Amino acid sequence: MVSAGWVERIKESSSEAKVLPGILRPGAYFFNGDEAAAEGAIAANGRFFAAYPITPATEIAERCAARFPECGGMFIQMEDELAAMNCILGAAWAGAKALTSTSGPGFSLMMENLGLGIMLETPVVLANVQRAGPSTGLPTSVGQQDMMQARWGSHGDYEIIALCPDSPQECFDLMIRAFNLSEQFRTPVLLMSDETIGHMTEKVIIPPAEEIELVPRRYTRAAPGDYWPYVPDEDLVPPMARAGTGYRYHVTGLTHDHRGYPDLDAEGQHQLLWRLKNKILQNQKKILSFEMARMDDAEVCLLAYGCSSRVARSVMELARERGIRAGLLRLITVWPFPDDLVRDVAGRVKAIIVPEINLGQIVREVERAARGRTKVVSVPHAGGGLHTEPAVLQVIEEALR
Amino acid sequence: MNPETPKKGTDGGDELPGSDGHPMDRILRMDRMPHIWCPGCGLGTTVSCFALAVNECGIDYDKLCVVSGIGCTGRAAGYLRLDGYHTTHGRAIPFATGLHLANPDLKVVVISGDGDLSAIGGNHLIHAARRNLNLVVICVNNFIYGMTGGQVAPTTPEGMKATTSPFGCLEHPFNLPYLASSSGATLVARWTTLDVRQMVNTFKKAFMKKGFSFIEVISPCPELYMRRNKLGDGLAMMKRFQSDRLVKHGADPKEADLGATGKILVGEFVNLDRSTYADAYFRMVSQLAEAKSVRKEEAKPGGKSPAQAGAKAPEAVGEPKAKPRPAEGDREGRGPEKKAAGTPAVATSPP
Ligand SMILES: Cc1ncc(C[n+]2csc(CCOP(=O)(O)OP(=O)(O)O)c2C)c(N)n1
Ligand code: SF4
Repeated sequence: MVSAGWVERIKESSSEAKVLPGILRPGAYFFNGDEAAAEGAIAANGRFFAAYPITPATEIAERCAARFPECGGMFIQMEDELAAMNCILGAAWAGAKALTSTSGPGFSLMMENLGLGIMLETPVVLANVQRAGPSTGLPTSVGQQDMMQARWGSHGDYEIIALCPDSPQECFDLMIRAFNLSEQFRTPVLLMSDETIGHMTEKVIIPPAEEIELVPRRYTRAAPGDYWPYVPDEDLVPPMARAGTGYRYHVTGLTHDHRGYPDLDAEGQHQLLWRLKNKILQNQKKILSFEMARMDDAEVCLLAYGCSSRVARSVMELARERGIRAGLLRLITVWPFPDDLVRDVAGRVKAIIVPEINLGQIVREVERAARGRTKVVSVPHAGGGLHTEPAVLQVIEEALR
Repeated sequence: MNPETPKKGTDGGDELPGSDGHPMDRILRMDRMPHIWCPGCGLGTTVSCFALAVNECGIDYDKLCVVSGIGCTGRAAGYLRLDGYHTTHGRAIPFATGLHLANPDLKVVVISGDGDLSAIGGNHLIHAARRNLNLVVICVNNFIYGMTGGQVAPTTPEGMKATTSPFGCLEHPFNLPYLASSSGATLVARWTTLDVRQMVNTFKKAFMKKGFSFIEVISPCPELYMRRNKLGDGLAMMKRFQSDRLVKHGADPKEADLGATGKILVGEFVNLDRSTYADAYFRMVSQLAEAKSVRKEEAKPGGKSPAQAGAKAPEAVGEPKAKPRPAEGDREGRGPEKKAAGTPAVATSPP
């Protein structure tokens, strides 16, 4: 059979802790953020890609279309984003490390089945290269307007992990991390990039394969007769079983018990929902990542993520030149939101300034976490471009006045 | 696998949960019985036929996956002792696509309702058929949305009543075998729940087929479709099947239109062979691998640089210009690289 070695490779893609052949030779490359994300997926042993083309995420699909066949991976362009999202869920259950990529309108279409991924506890990665909306909006221009949709976009109540890269290098690095987190916590992980980062070309270092740490899938060690799909380990994450290996489990998007059988009452719902939430929240320390710059003596904090943090960084320097002690807190993990970190910062500064390319989304979280300990100022932008430095600087000056 | 060997149940014991030793219990989850289906419903018959076909054809249970969408029919996956996935409304086919393409050694079967597969999931159905994915789709057509209480479906015959067509359905229904075959399905059949033997045989054929199989099962919904339209009970529909069905293998699916009354064309309409998506993909992969080994030859000392080797070759920077770079095809081989400076390989969490 033609597929013989193929199936083995796909199987390896989720159970291997070492990087499989296919990764680029180590060295420095020029990539845009989308290409770097695709290469990050390959480096993370991502071997199944399904998507529907959409600007500004198309380059991820195009690069995967060119690269996956030679890496032992499967590529398929699906008929829409509903299909793409479901397709990667199925692929993950068959043993693949699977991903999809999209932007605003497609992200909306993926929402229902992102929920299925969360409910079935399926490790997959979804990259959203954000553009400005609503609706078709500005198809080729930047936005950071899906940050709340990332958190709450699927119906029902749940926790989600979302990472925001600020450079092509980080698209590569965080794609690997997104896969690792998805495997570690058996949940879909969002890579929330944006048009500016996705289309920006910079130097990207591909490290030697042996320097890349990968989290293999948590496959059960139980014998088929002794396995139920939702008996959690101590960290609340249940080990998985690959399709076709004799476990013959049932899983459902309905509220279910440890056997994966429907359990349709308030008690069953209570048990499942809290476990799904707590497996993320109890492990939050392992998920959080951020960068601080010049925060030691800061009187004002610029809090930003993704492309906006690049503007924020130069605003910080400008402010320092003018004698304002500004610092930067760049969120890399935006969801789950780092409440404790922001509360701590809020206790040390006179104001937190939040520039983001939306009309004020993450700033709400900052306000909530700061709990009135400091002034929190939103610097909104409707999308289609970046903040200008003087405009943000002016907000800082006004906030300190 | 020998179908005579009872498989250990997934309950941790040697006994299959809920089993009283019936041969069918190896494939049904008896611990989930009783099922939710109404008396007289054709879904039990369909699932029994499925189980019989699995038992009879000797297919490895462990390599058989079943995927359902949402609906009365969608519950089928939950009653089968196989790797089973109860997904979302309309999305069983794309989920199955992922399972199949990530592991083409699995046999993936979709069992779902007519509304699930042809209304909300209609787009996936036609594209899966067009791609000739190696999947079996069993579509139970009961002319109505059962699970949600009897709303009009894309299969409801004109004039028939449903809760959302209280004065009669205004729309022309799908001819599902025609839809599937014109989209590219390579095995297309229709049976009624009266045609138990034939249904089992076609299921067996489909399990062994390489390509997209679409089997429509016409099934009574006495509780909603029949009651509202004063068509009697489940038995009355079986009687209609007996008198109205017309077996015609190889019939043009175009002729398989269904009305509220009149003939019901059944049989295996289409059975042909055509390259599947997976076949085409693997062909492409082996061609690429061949081309790659040729390029490898060319790339030996004095060979082409990545930029020349292919449009997709990334521009490596920071390497000494004089050093000949291996061709694109050499990516997998890791040469004695100088350690890349700068950024850390993997983003790490803060303490
Ligand atoms: C996205 C979405 N829309 C609507 C529903 C509600 N819903 C559940 S099953 C169903 C129709 C089922 O009809 P059919 O597919 O024909 O299956 P049957 O119940 O008749 O077997 C609908 C509309 C849903 N679950 N999800
Ligand atoms: S509502 Fe109709 S389709 Fe659903 S179980 Fe009852 S008889 Fe069967």
